[in-house]
Amino acid sequence: MASESHVNEETLALREQFDTAAQQKDASTLGMWIFLITEVMFFGGMFLAYTVYRRLYPEIFAVASGSLNVYIGAANTVVLLCSSLTMVLAVRAAQLGKSKAIVLFLVLTLILGGVFLGVKAYEWNEKFVEHHIPGPAFHLEGVAPDQQGHAQLFFSLYFAMTGLHALHMVIGAGLLGMLIWQARKERFSAEYNTPVDLIGLYWHFVDIIWIFLFPLLYLIDRHMK
Amino acid sequence: MSEHVDSVKTYVLVFLGLIFLTVATTAVAFVNLGSFSVVAALAIAVCKALLVALFFMHVRHSTKLTRLVVLGGLLWLGILLLLTMGDMMTRGWVGVPGR
Repeated sequence: MASESHVNEETLALREQFDTAAQQKDASTLGMWIFLITEVMFFGGMFLAYTVYRRLYPEIFAVASGSLNVYIGAANTVVLLCSSLTMVLAVRAAQLGKSKAIVLFLVLTLILGGVFLGVKAYEWNEKFVEHHIPGPAFHLEGVAPDQQGHAQLFFSLYFAMTGLHALHMVIGAGLLGMLIWQARKERFSAEYNTPVDLIGLYWHFVDIIWIFLFPLLYLIDRHMK
Repeated sequence: MSEHVDSVKTYVLVFLGLIFLTVATTAVAFVNLGSFSVVAALAIAVCKALLVALFFMHVRHSTKLTRLVVLGGLLWLGILLLLTMGDMMTRGWVGVPGR
């Protein structure tokens, strides 16, 4: 411990309600998971709305989904998976108490998250230019005039779901920035790395949401084109 | 701390598995499987989510209580989806007098 005298005493302290440091960490992990479960239910409502409307208008949803660029979507999925790998390597570095490696992997995660959001912004802009934003100017080619409203439903869900996903990414990026700042001050060690671990859980959770969004939004009946 | 530290090799293998499944789900979407398409897409997505949860989110090393919370949460999600879709899909089955 002598070499780690710079470690913040407060963070290592055992709160009085816990018997051991391991128990304290388990409690933090459990708390994070309970938060993530509330997030599952939050996104679950939107996935349910999607399922109901896709069942009601399957053909319209297929045409609307076809207007999204599947290759950009797949590439962005790969970017996000890469960021999950760098995140888990940051958590591993934290478990081993390697401060420099934590900073390196967190910065890589932040950059990859930024790339994902940049690509997303490009896609949204494309939709804007093509008048695929729900509203008075909405028009989707290949859909009958009386079915345009149903096509708007798909895009309402698309923007709500990818938008809220992106919002979670932005919050995640903010949290990563905070972690990088703390890791640079060598606040984390093999004994204390709970924040890295928990924000890692959050980042992977956001990744899982995208894992479901990608096939549901981009990949409906692609063989018809 | 008796924390379990996985090897970099494990993480890289899981990552490669995830990339493979992403390519697979994209490729399979271009094949005409009829209504089985969505089943294939969701099955692959569930596999990917499981890989991320078990390895990247350390569920396989987590406490029984954490696992119980995760499964309990998914159970509630299942109730949300199952009961609502059960309603949606059976509305036309029985005629309602006066409608």
